[in-house]
Amino acid sequence: MINEGKKIVWSQYQKNIANDHYFYIRSCIRQNLWPGSETTFLKIVRNELGKDVIEDANHTTCTGIGYHTDLVPLETTMTVVARLFALMTERGYDNMISSCITSFGIITEILETWKEFPETEAKTREYLKKATGREFKIPRNLAHASDIIYKFRKEIGEKGSRKLVNVKTGEKLKVVEHIGCHYSKMFPHKGVGGAEFPYVLIGMIEDWGGEVVDYPERRHCCGFGFRQYLVKANRGFSIACTKKKFESMEPFKPDFIITNCPGCNYFLDRWQYVLSEMEGRTFAEDENGIPVLTYEETAGLIMGYDPWDLGLQMHQVGVEPLLKKLGVEFDPQKKYLDKNGNSLGVPEKPSVLNFC
Amino acid sequence: MKNHVFIIGGGVAGCEAASQLSKMGFEVTLAEKEPVLGGKLNHWDRLFPSKRKADEVTGILSKNLEGSKLRLMMNTEITRVQKQNGGYTITAGSEEIMADAILIATGYETFDARIKEEYGYGIYENVITSVELEQRFKNGNKILTSKGEEPKRIGFVHCVGSRDEKVGNHYCSQVCCVTAVKQAMEVKEILPRSEVFCFYMDLRMFGLQFEDLYRESQEKWGVNFIRGRVSEAAENIDGTILIKVEDTLAGRPLKMKVDLLVLMVGFVPSPGTHNIGKLLDIEFTPENFLKPADEHLDTHSTNLPGVFVAGTCKSPKTIADTFADARAAALKVKEYLDMKNN
Repeated sequence: MINEGKKIVWSQYQKNIANDHYFYIRSCIRQNLWPGSETTFLKIVRNELGKDVIEDANHTTCTGIGYHTDLVPLETTMTVVARLFALMTERGYDNMISSCITSFGIITEILETWKEFPETEAKTREYLKKATGREFKIPRNLAHASDIIYKFRKEIGEKGSRKLVNVKTGEKLKVVEHIGCHYSKMFPHKGVGGAEFPYVLIGMIEDWGGEVVDYPERRHCCGFGFRQYLVKANRGFSIACTKKKFESMEPFKPDFIITNCPGCNYFLDRWQYVLSEMEGRTFAEDENGIPVLTYEETAGLIMGYDPWDLGLQMHQVGVEPLLKKLGVEFDPQKKYLDKNGNSLGVPEKPSVLNFC
Repeated sequence: MKNHVFIIGGGVAGCEAASQLSKMGFEVTLAEKEPVLGGKLNHWDRLFPSKRKADEVTGILSKNLEGSKLRLMMNTEITRVQKQNGGYTITAGSEEIMADAILIATGYETFDARIKEEYGYGIYENVITSVELEQRFKNGNKILTSKGEEPKRIGFVHCVGSRDEKVGNHYCSQVCCVTAVKQAMEVKEILPRSEVFCFYMDLRMFGLQFEDLYRESQEKWGVNFIRGRVSEAAENIDGTILIKVEDTLAGRPLKMKVDLLVLMVGFVPSPGTHNIGKLLDIEFTPENFLKPADEHLDTHSTNLPGVFVAGTCKSPKTIADTFADARAAALKVKEYLDMKNN
């Protein structure tokens, strides 16, 4: 692998990312799946980086899942997204950050559609006005939340207390990155590093001291792909996709995976459990599985936050082996306790995958 | 007084036109930006369909120029051209030269395979271009992987940068199909135990004996042809290349490991062609080659009187077609100057 060649590609896909004053829109599903991620993002951006970021309690879904499953027509999606723009406009902001990759893809697609077909924008404005009485300005800058962490990765690395290094051996941790299809596969120039060799997560991994694993099926779908999973009959295809990725990355012995997308994180994490139950095997040593973290959770670990405050107990694959490699101190007794010390409930022990 | 023809570009078309115009009795100046004549042909080992040595052809080109009284200006860039007194004043290097006609033969460049990011050229060590493979043949270098091992399986990807809307090149580069067949056979000649696969959209074997080469490659050399476009390449942990392709004849996707992947890079207009076109304000084709006055009836004149085009600066061509085109261009220049003189 010639890294200089990748740098040439990366240099051609650099995007303008706003420096401050963000309007943040959350994901529909991330708060259920990885509840610490969005909280950690806001904590880092506000408290550590001192940036101004607001959200609006009235914000809704972008309709992404409904749109990609053909349940929501494009005109409706455009109008719902236009309402999100209106909320931003009403708050006096024009830099939008989306937490979800699919929202980022949906918004990008809509903005590009409006550029190519201005009549669709005019129609959307009409629908929104009729339905809600609202008006909106188009965001001056649109970023995915990972773009913001990428932009300030060096500051996070400098402020943080930890590196992506095995504290026992001193070796860099080997990290698989998975950016998610909707980040840059549709519009390569809207993502840092483009579509074929995306850099947004690699930049974080490199600057935080880790080593990136580039494995043959890196570009392959995580297994979500909307219809592959949402249509029940297709779920065999979904898990086959994920298995293909794990078999491909297995020889590289990755220490963990960082994802960019809610769906990717879910499927790369949960399907490891399902594959272990179906086939009696895992893809890491000692039946530990390969931990799958979001970029915000990873940034939180770099900052030295408590892993249970980050919500790492919500992952199916146990993160404890990774925490030990990183030298993170943690109290195993608190793993399934909430902030008030009440039990969150303990999941059933898997038959193959290690349960810490 | 003899008319003066200024030729820009010392590749096949420029050299052959210079030789012909000189024989016709014109005063000829040939400017070449490189230190040697012959252009891209210098990098080639053997030529289809007969596998004749390229050096033999460049040798003949040079020999034809030996007897001519033309002026050669090597390492010379053209920086300015002005219309003056019915002719042109050309700033070539540090000199200003008057000419009655200009013949542009600035040729082509091969497509930069890095633009097809999904093939990983410049990133994966065992992905090379057809030009690099030809250089290995020419230099007598062994065909080895980056680890210095003999490749057991070699893939050729046709149409890299040609007939590809994604990179903005809709046109066929004409010579890549037959070059792939030639190179595939040469690889089998050197590495008889290797497996060779060509991945193609369709094979454009338009020249005499090209079809015979295609047949020979299969019957004698066992080259495998798979109709389908490679969608992506990735590097395995051992440095081999994993490719994904749809076998459109079998109607199924195919995943294959190769030890060496050769990208058949197509033609694009050279930077010199682009620059001289802009300098003179010559019209371009939609593909950014120089546009001749008439696509059927006058393929050598341009929108500027006294400025002519020859060879691959106006479209992809084989060596044989480039020779023929250069001779025809020389005749067109003569016709123009004869009319001007009368």
